Amino acid sequence: MSGRDRRDTWVGRSIRRVEDFSLVTGRGRFTADLAATHWVRFVRSPVAAGKIERITAPQGATVITAADLAGVKPIRPMLHKFGYVPVDQPILASEVVRFVGEPIAAVIAASEEEAEDLADGVEVAITESTAVVRAEDALAEGAALVHKDVPGNVVVEARHATPDFNAARKAAHRLLTIEIRSRRQNAMPLEARGGHAAYDPASGRIFFTCSTQTPHLMRTAIADLIGMPESQLRVIAPDVGGGFGQKMSLPPEYVVLVWLARKLKSSVAWREDRRENLIAAFHSRDQKIRLEGGFDRAGKLVALSADVTANIGAYSCFPTTCAVEPLMALAELPGPYDIRAYSGVARGVLTHTCPMAPYRGVARPVITLALERLMDRAAAAFDLDPIEIRRRNLIDRFPYTSATGLVFDEASYRETMEMAAAALDVAAFRVRQRQARTIGRFLGLGLATFSERTGYGTPAFAARGMEITPGWEKVELTMDPSGLVEARIGASPHGQGLRTTLAQIIADELGIAPAQIVIVHGDTDRTPYGFGTFASRSLVIAGGAALIAARKVRVKLIKLASHLLEAAPDDIVLENGNAKVAGTDRELPIASLARAAYHQAHRFNGEIEPGITEAATYDPPGTFSNACHAAIVEVDIETGRVEIDKFLVAEDAGRLINPMIVDGQIHGGVAQGIGNALLEEIIYDETGNILTTTLADYLPPTLREIPPMELHHLETLSKETITGAKGLGEGGAIGAPAAIINAINDALSPFRISIDEIPATPQRIRAALRAAKANA
Amino acid sequence: MMEKIEIALLINGRWHAVRVEPRRTLVDAIRDDCGQTGTHIGCEHGVCGACTVLLGGEPVRSCLMFAVQADGREIRTVEGLADGDKLHPLQRAFMEHHGLQCGFCTPGFLMLAVGVLEREPDIGDADLIEALSSNLCRCTGYQNIIKAVRAAAAEMRAK
Repeated sequence: MSGRDRRDTWVGRSIRRVEDFSLVTGRGRFTADLAATHWVRFVRSPVAAGKIERITAPQGATVITAADLAGVKPIRPMLHKFGYVPVDQPILASEVVRFVGEPIAAVIAASEEEAEDLADGVEVAITESTAVVRAEDALAEGAALVHKDVPGNVVVEARHATPDFNAARKAAHRLLTIEIRSRRQNAMPLEARGGHAAYDPASGRIFFTCSTQTPHLMRTAIADLIGMPESQLRVIAPDVGGGFGQKMSLPPEYVVLVWLARKLKSSVAWREDRRENLIAAFHSRDQKIRLEGGFDRAGKLVALSADVTANIGAYSCFPTTCAVEPLMALAELPGPYDIRAYSGVARGVLTHTCPMAPYRGVARPVITLALERLMDRAAAAFDLDPIEIRRRNLIDRFPYTSATGLVFDEASYRETMEMAAAALDVAAFRVRQRQARTIGRFLGLGLATFSERTGYGTPAFAARGMEITPGWEKVELTMDPSGLVEARIGASPHGQGLRTTLAQIIADELGIAPAQIVIVHGDTDRTPYGFGTFASRSLVIAGGAALIAARKVRVKLIKLASHLLEAAPDDIVLENGNAKVAGTDRELPIASLARAAYHQAHRFNGEIEPGITEAATYDPPGTFSNACHAAIVEVDIETGRVEIDKFLVAEDAGRLINPMIVDGQIHGGVAQGIGNALLEEIIYDETGNILTTTLADYLPPTLREIPPMELHHLETLSKETITGAKGLGEGGAIGAPAAIINAINDALSPFRISIDEIPATPQRIRAALRAAKANA
Repeated sequence: MMEKIEIALLINGRWHAVRVEPRRTLVDAIRDDCGQTGTHIGCEHGVCGACTVLLGGEPVRSCLMFAVQADGREIRTVEGLADGDKLHPLQRAFMEHHGLQCGFCTPGFLMLAVGVLEREPDIGDADLIEALSSNLCRCTGYQNIIKAVRAAAAEMRAK
């Protein structure tokens, strides 16, 4: 508990997580811990593009190919807007392969090792064809088509323009452009994916345990593709070792496992290895953004145009579709800035690479990088301080309707920036920076201000035209006869600590301790339908539903107490586990109300329904949290190495339910943002072969690369959410790349270069410095 | 399939006699043959450290060793860290300081830290950071892991 904690409520306190005990004692239960009768190894395409001529299995091996799955539908994620062209992803590649790592066959054996040995013996003859690897190649005239029914390889293209754009652009005093590029990443949860499908002989059902963020959606999708009644499939998400978006999309491998368990009437398991995860689990971030900003004489951005190209890989992902990145970029690009005239185009382009899916931040790390580079460029052009140029442009009146129609609820864009600037002591840094340059050391300071749209319900997803329109969540609350509470949720946390934070919200309503509340999640048999945990939504949406359900239970407890204590409902208070008549010493333990509700229903003369179970759904419009990230870096111009000296976050996520957990979310997001900015890159060669297949090639940061972080908070309560809380799961990853890249550019400003590509590896920084020298 | 070899592993004070192929990694033997699934597999190529266990008191990556190499040796895993119901100071510190989120890397980090602190109770901060940089965590940004390990180190020294 810390000094900033609240004392009078459970909400606002840094209580320890209920999740932790099993995890620190080795009693966590992860998918890979389950034993199985059959093990699966997938045979994957060694080439990016080609026609499958034949598949030859070794003697005695059980091998499943596309031909065996004839009755299973392909994955066909659907969007009903923006000229989206649906593409089919066969569960196992049939006829053609479209990326290195695409599953072609499944080999089944009694052990993992045997399955691997047999898979090595499967011969796949493929006639290779030309692969298109980069988005620019795929868009070129006459480029090979990844799917023959998608002309030009453009699977989605959306445009937005305000009517006044051309006039505003024409009237601008100065036009500045920036082109940024984010290379490809892998969300890289430390637990790779995996599934365990078991036939239950008693019921004939399949129990499918898997590493997922979305158990209910997995059940819907898999049952539909296989053509089995949804009720015949139970999906269980046990402990899940991180997801960050990668585990919200449907892997074709999971469909194979359920299909096999049904066919074999047995248990079948697959544990993805790291190489498979790096090449064939979903990728992210591969985007290019060109911005042109028209500024007036005072440095106010009056017209913004954007051109966004996202390389979405070979297939579209279920449920969001591959349009999620370009569409979010287009809708949210004006960012936290007051820009009335906006024109943008965003497209998703098919290539012969691993499919893209959401990853923490979705589009916003890249759009924030673009906007924040533009702001720094404008600061230089107008000879203004980077803080001053932002002051002149940040939204400061609420609610604010953006040029793309998004409604921003009250936030603190300027305040968090001023907070960060004050904490950094920018003036003192500038002195230090000047002194350092005289001895050949290059320090830089970078800022990133951004908005993080979170906790949005069905209207926001419907605006994208998604066939599967997530948004609401449901919570069922039962107080059992002993007075303990069970909350069953459709959300599916996997590290976010929701079992703790939801219990805090419920505890305050019911006047009991969080320890008396158990949150049940991750089992479609035990929880109400819900969309799962992604998009910084669970605390806001499942939290809101939990609050509404708890209020209903509270009403019921008060009714019960009012009968038993013979007092008016308005006089009953629930606190410290008791129902009391205000101003008297009359009270009853809340547990005794529960006993009476179940076992002495006759005492309420039929006026109160027996038992205590309530349910609620919540579907909020959405809210924007905000933050300012600031980095101080030093760049070694001889090696191109970047050292982060300081990283600071001034965050406003509305009401903080558990400040300790909030800080943890920010820490983790920032670390991933640092990886994005400096280290992590999935690399393909020109033939579409992937070169980064181990963690010695793909480099998530270690403790050594992550500096101590300094966090500050404001709490602007959201009027758009019932708890006042705003989501913040992604913010760390959104702001960090821009802050670091701005800091690098500030450090290197004497060389008049612009680093606009991430990760800013030593090689890229050295190349830019060499080019600058050559041009000098 | 290769011929299996009989080996014995002393895991957390209990002998496990198992038959394994020579190519079986130690982590597979610990998890699948001995049923101690608290130790996790993150990369199987020695980078992430999720599979870290103590072999004869030294932290090792159990994915980079064959089980037969550990025949007759003493192994400590996360399951053996607590003394009955009494948690190890590092386990308590991880809970106290929010040193874990999804918990998948946690057993590896705990065993790494135990090994480091038992060998060098007075380890300096720079060396501690260097040592803990051996393992990967994707959730916490390491901020609270280092905080937890420092706190546990202080407590262990005070004893």
